[in-house]
Amino acid sequence: MNKTNKVVDLEKVVIKFAGDSGDGMQLTGTQFTDTSALLGNDLATFPDYPAEIRAPQGTVAGVSGFQIHIGRIDINTPGDIADVLVAMNPAALKANKNWIKKGGTIIVNIDTFTKRDLDKAGYETSPLEDSSFEGYNIIQAPITKLTREALKDSGLDGKSIGRSKNMFALGVVYWMFNRPMEQTEKFLQKKFANKPEVVAANIKVMHAGYNFADTIEALPSSYTVLSANLKPGTYRNVMGNQAIAWGFLAASERAKKELFLGSYPITPASDILHELAKHKNLGVKTFQAEDEIAGICSAIGASFAGSLAITTTSGPGLALKGEGLGLAIMAELPLVVVNVQRGGPSTGLPTKTEQSDLMQALYGRNGESPSVVLASSTPGNCFDWAYMSSKITLEHNTPVVLLSDGYLGNGAEPWKIKSTFDMPEIHPSIASEGEEYQPYARNKKTLARKLALPGTKGLEHRLGGLEKEDVTGNVSYDAENHEKMVGIRAEKIKRIANIIPNQEIFGKEKGDLLVIGWGGTHGSLYSVVDSLLKQGKKIALCQFNYINPLPKNTSEIFKNYKQIIVCELNSGQFANYLRMNFQGTIFQQYNKIQGFPFTTIELESHFKTLLSK
Amino acid sequence: MEHLTNKDFTSDQEVKWCPGCGDYAILRAMQKALPALERKKEEFVFISGIGCSSRFPYYMNTYGFHTIHGRAPAFATGVKLANPKLSVWQITGDGDALAIGGNHFIHALRRNIDINILLFNNEIYGLTKGQFSPTSKKGIKTKSNPHGTTDEPFSPSDLAIGAQGSFFARVVDTNPKLMQKIFTEAEEHRGTSLIEILQNCVIFNDKTFASITGKEVKQNAQLILENGKPMLFGPDLNKGIILNGFKLEVATIGEKNVKEEDILIHNAHEQDQSLHTMLARMRPPEFPAALGIIRSVRRQTFDDGVLSQLEYEKENAKFRTVDELLKSGETWEIKS
Repeated sequence: MNKTNKVVDLEKVVIKFAGDSGDGMQLTGTQFTDTSALLGNDLATFPDYPAEIRAPQGTVAGVSGFQIHIGRIDINTPGDIADVLVAMNPAALKANKNWIKKGGTIIVNIDTFTKRDLDKAGYETSPLEDSSFEGYNIIQAPITKLTREALKDSGLDGKSIGRSKNMFALGVVYWMFNRPMEQTEKFLQKKFANKPEVVAANIKVMHAGYNFADTIEALPSSYTVLSANLKPGTYRNVMGNQAIAWGFLAASERAKKELFLGSYPITPASDILHELAKHKNLGVKTFQAEDEIAGICSAIGASFAGSLAITTTSGPGLALKGEGLGLAIMAELPLVVVNVQRGGPSTGLPTKTEQSDLMQALYGRNGESPSVVLASSTPGNCFDWAYMSSKITLEHNTPVVLLSDGYLGNGAEPWKIKSTFDMPEIHPSIASEGEEYQPYARNKKTLARKLALPGTKGLEHRLGGLEKEDVTGNVSYDAENHEKMVGIRAEKIKRIANIIPNQEIFGKEKGDLLVIGWGGTHGSLYSVVDSLLKQGKKIALCQFNYINPLPKNTSEIFKNYKQIIVCELNSGQFANYLRMNFQGTIFQQYNKIQGFPFTTIELESHFKTLLSK
Repeated sequence: MEHLTNKDFTSDQEVKWCPGCGDYAILRAMQKALPALERKKEEFVFISGIGCSSRFPYYMNTYGFHTIHGRAPAFATGVKLANPKLSVWQITGDGDALAIGGNHFIHALRRNIDINILLFNNEIYGLTKGQFSPTSKKGIKTKSNPHGTTDEPFSPSDLAIGAQGSFFARVVDTNPKLMQKIFTEAEEHRGTSLIEILQNCVIFNDKTFASITGKEVKQNAQLILENGKPMLFGPDLNKGIILNGFKLEVATIGEKNVKEEDILIHNAHEQDQSLHTMLARMRPPEFPAALGIIRSVRRQTFDDGVLSQLEYEKENAKFRTVDELLKSGETWEIKS
């Protein structure tokens, strides 16, 4: 296609697609993502959708959004606010009015700015006709009308035609950013292989959108974002939940242990179950249990019988799994519990992100029942942390809680494809036939006990949740033995600090401000610290992935900075955990509990205030 | 195969049930039944929940796991799916299986996972010292309802058969021979085998089954079903069960023109649930209680379903290693 306008080169751009939850915005965003990735952009994405599958049409509550940040520079967050907003109806415009850059471009489907749709969005008059969006570049595209026009001879019914509108919007944005449409065409051909008429219609509408943008004069120029300077290698896009599933597959293959997932569907963790359920060819057994409790209990059963066993959930599900997790701690069996955190308490904000289950992961059980807690920090490194969780649980025979969150789980980024052979070896701690076996005899260094798997001749033994006698594992109500065993279980977790790497920092080794984060806030914290370093500030980022135990050098790091601030998407759970572990050190806090990630703007301004003190 | 005896299945742990508890007889029957199954000892796994009965695995010299309250079916399902070669036995009680664990209980039966469930039904909570259970008779006075319960009890057979259970048997703790026979047949049955054992709690609910197990009444109060045989009972084996319209009735051969051929013949393999349900509901004084294997029908097991899917997917796999999966789909090269 011939471009008639000039092309402007951009360093980075944030685009948000927003519409009704039935408008196909997630698909539109994913297509733009895949195409941009193939062009070599670095990117990060963030889907933001309501908990209801189809909230009342046209209302603000029903708005579904997909934000993508692409660049030829290093991209670590999906972007604070959008440079370009696609709003498929008045509600989508209203929901995003504070999340669009002053003077940015807004593409609206003008056909929906009728009295009825304005009413549903709670607008008395059209915001396009008053001063609400003065200074913005508003492109009023008659998307509904032009889609119908393009498909009037397609033979498709009105409903199917209506569903193609998102492709028009995609076509417009493809033109704006000089992207080829082939990738999406291929995708449509594959997705609707049995419905050639639907493929043809969608492609036609996308082209119509592209040509519309090319023809109208509202867009003075189109833009391009050149490929980023990523490390050489083979890349693909991954979402956090997918990467977690793959990390477990890799660990299962390297450990030569069958993977077993016992799980119950819950937002935003279900995609891990979906992903693993696809790969029975790799020997994975997935069990959709009758509830969260059966999910963890079936996994513990599978672990007892010799599998690499995992269970996946989100906050409320972890609450239900507490008793099961306590049993796995008592029985000292390997198990990974993945918690893709969401807003709480109770049902809370199912589709929004939060880091408020840290204390639950650390302490949410009866008795003194310490668990290893790890946290992944980017969609891509969910792979590594699922792998490390598996390694630790199989080698130390104690459960691991892996914390991810909705933002990581649903977020995507380009991922340099790893080989399973890039990952460290895994040596499960298991007794063999003929060995002299005591169920609770321990490795002197790690204090890990050995498993004996059912089916192994001569190693029959009984496990259970009643207190164990040291060494024999028989039931024991002895007072001193109980105190000893509580100590051993705690010490066993502490000693894992001996095998994990030192905590790393990004930035100045000594300085004015140490920014501490954990888990999924890495992208925004990293971007801000990077920016402030470039401005000459003496700042560093210390992003934790090992939560319990903490890396051994942690306190050494803290001594090197004048101020320390702990940033997290809760009211200060990690800050309090650090205070408990490092008494005397002063930890300031920056907290946000709005269901959204930090913006770089808010962080940068806060850090600058601290640095000017 | 080395020959095993009941001693091979006896662990070194002291048995701590109350003297006179029905559980002792069940333990002995199990230890006698297992050697006859001609399986390796290390292939047996006993999984239990919480309660008096759930201490059972500690006394068996096999692999065992005393888990948490009500959840034993989920653990047993995980064990069986992870290693389908194992013989998995779940030990549970009326509180464990039907109150806190009701959900897992029905779902195990619905899926038909190949495990054997021994339900020790004593119609009371023992380990927590005497509260009513979901099978306690309505009106029973206990510590937690001193004025008598207003709860309707569950019927384990109705739950099991209603959940599409493929095997349901009932036995009393005073009949060790029948217990051994049923344990053997349960193990041979492919699918979830539920065995309800009417078990006496000497401390909190003594003689609750006296109307069935009492020496003076048992010949008239027990109908021991045998597949393919007429449903006869009584001291002279001249009483039997007949079908009158849609209802069961007790009849005596030679009375009211009832002949031997009028007596129903037991068919445990009948897929239709109606007669099995009616038989399982029979209770003195109107009827004898049905014991033995009431229902045993063929149905695909959950573990077979899971495994055959797995085998099919492996044979028809696009990729066989995780590395191939990671490289599949849309990828792109960044060159240096």
